Amino acid sequence: MERMPAEDLKALQLDRLKAITRYVYDHSSFYRQRFAEAGVTPDDVKELDDITKLPFTRKVDLRNTYPTGMFCLPKNWVVRYHVSSGTTGKPTVVGYTKGDIETWTESLARALTSIGLGRNDVIQVGYGYGLFTGGLGLHYGAERIGAAVLPTSTGNTERQIELMQDLESTAIACTPSYFLHIAEVAERMGISIREDTKLRAGIFGAEPWSLETRRRIEDTTGIKAYDIYGTSEISGPLFTECQHQNGIHVWADMFLIEIIDPKTGEQVEDGEQGELVVTTLNKWAMPLIRYRIGDLTIKESEPCECGRTHPRIMRILGRTDDMLVIRGINVFPSQIESVLMNIPEVGPHYQIIVSREGALDVMKVRVELTDRGFSDRIGDLMALNRRISKELKNVLNISAEVELVEPGVIPRSEGKAKRVIDTRKV
Amino acid sequence: MSEIKQISLFVENRPGRMAKVSKTLSDAGVNIRAMTIAEAGDFGVIRMVVDDPQKGYEVLRNSGFTVSMTDVLAVEMRDTPGGLYEIVSALGESNINIDYAYAFVTAKSEKAMLIMRVDDIEAARRTLSSRGVKIATPEEIQKI
Repeated sequence: MERMPAEDLKALQLDRLKAITRYVYDHSSFYRQRFAEAGVTPDDVKELDDITKLPFTRKVDLRNTYPTGMFCLPKNWVVRYHVSSGTTGKPTVVGYTKGDIETWTESLARALTSIGLGRNDVIQVGYGYGLFTGGLGLHYGAERIGAAVLPTSTGNTERQIELMQDLESTAIACTPSYFLHIAEVAERMGISIREDTKLRAGIFGAEPWSLETRRRIEDTTGIKAYDIYGTSEISGPLFTECQHQNGIHVWADMFLIEIIDPKTGEQVEDGEQGELVVTTLNKWAMPLIRYRIGDLTIKESEPCECGRTHPRIMRILGRTDDMLVIRGINVFPSQIESVLMNIPEVGPHYQIIVSREGALDVMKVRVELTDRGFSDRIGDLMALNRRISKELKNVLNISAEVELVEPGVIPRSEGKAKRVIDTRKV
Repeated sequence: MSEIKQISLFVENRPGRMAKVSKTLSDAGVNIRAMTIAEAGDFGVIRMVVDDPQKGYEVLRNSGFTVSMTDVLAVEMRDTPGGLYEIVSALGESNINIDYAYAFVTAKSEKAMLIMRVDDIEAARRTLSSRGVKIATPEEIQKI
């Protein structure tokens, strides 16, 4: 399946797109109404490009139909629920049939295999177990490939490290910021991840992270750091990079992806940045048609060096709702992270504080000074501060105030890191 | 020649930080001989000469401070007008730059002690010695 010729994959996608379109139309009053508003019926889908005739679905639709208004099957088909945290609004509920869990598991099993994991591995799952999809998702995928799962979930960092040593974890799945914290705590305990553990791969996601963070993780701990992608609405974590670390493989027999211009809604070419739109082709409790997750990325359809033919997304650049607008300029926290990770004098944890002074937006970046960056000459520290400001300005095109803080001052997170504090009253 | 090791700390400019530093040293039985705080807005650098630099460095580091050790010169000054001039003019004539300096008066002797970080510690030592300025050793600092 993973090396199926592109033409055959497209034919398969078309069959499945027709089927899912017909299915939602027949089973969901929500979709029937949406299709009617857009003046389309399932009969209008004759080729893959016809997908552009179908209306988009958005997060707000899930909220408005809370809890189960977008389900296409009676609830007794559902074998599992996951619920989003609802930090940015009402929570969203996702239901899974037995088959939906199977699709999810298969997707992750392919992904974990593509990074070279198998039955000899011990995979430590440091994502939260529970309503959040991360823990259970990875758990099922890892079991499917015959690996041993160490379900540590989040928290209790010292115990995570002890178990990593004692049970010889070879891979860990968690947020990249939590792994950086684990590495710090290990160092304090006198344990080198590189020398004293068997860890060789990390599967990091659930928050955007930069290539520079990857390099820092790989350089300091000696593991290979892989990007994982997915969101709860389309199941949970689903896709990763393969060993070539050159884009996240999206299984085209399960999900059809488009990249659109967020303003016009028109599809953009491969290689152009845009908003990711996903249609689920093999999910039945709550299928999604043209769902706008809000993540910005770039699509690549050429086969990967590894031989897999499915399209890749080239790294999540940020989510449209993570974007800060400061003095009218768009700023993504990931851009700031890229700059900071290239400066060895400061640590990997940072915080962005946006406030308004009078009519002006002010951005302050707080970052921890490392031992390496410390000089007891004030002039050197001021010069470092200026250098960081200048590099931020080069990348962001707006000026940012930099505050050097003591190590350990920026709050560490076990789940998704909260990096932006915006005190502006909108 | 072994140099005097000064402990330098990076601290944020907020209440209680200095208290934490001095408590950490006092709990470890480390005595501060001389200290200075240089402040630069959000943060500051504390520099100090203590009786047991290695121990002071370790306890501060283990308490999570960003800390480093720097070689400094401690020279005796006459505690009379012109005492400082004698030293800094000698260094100036030899084109040696002083990054920073701070002074303290010792209880037992009548001398004042000047702690300096200079850009060329060897040259400074030669220049001052040739003019008869007494340079303190780590042992002497420890014994004060």
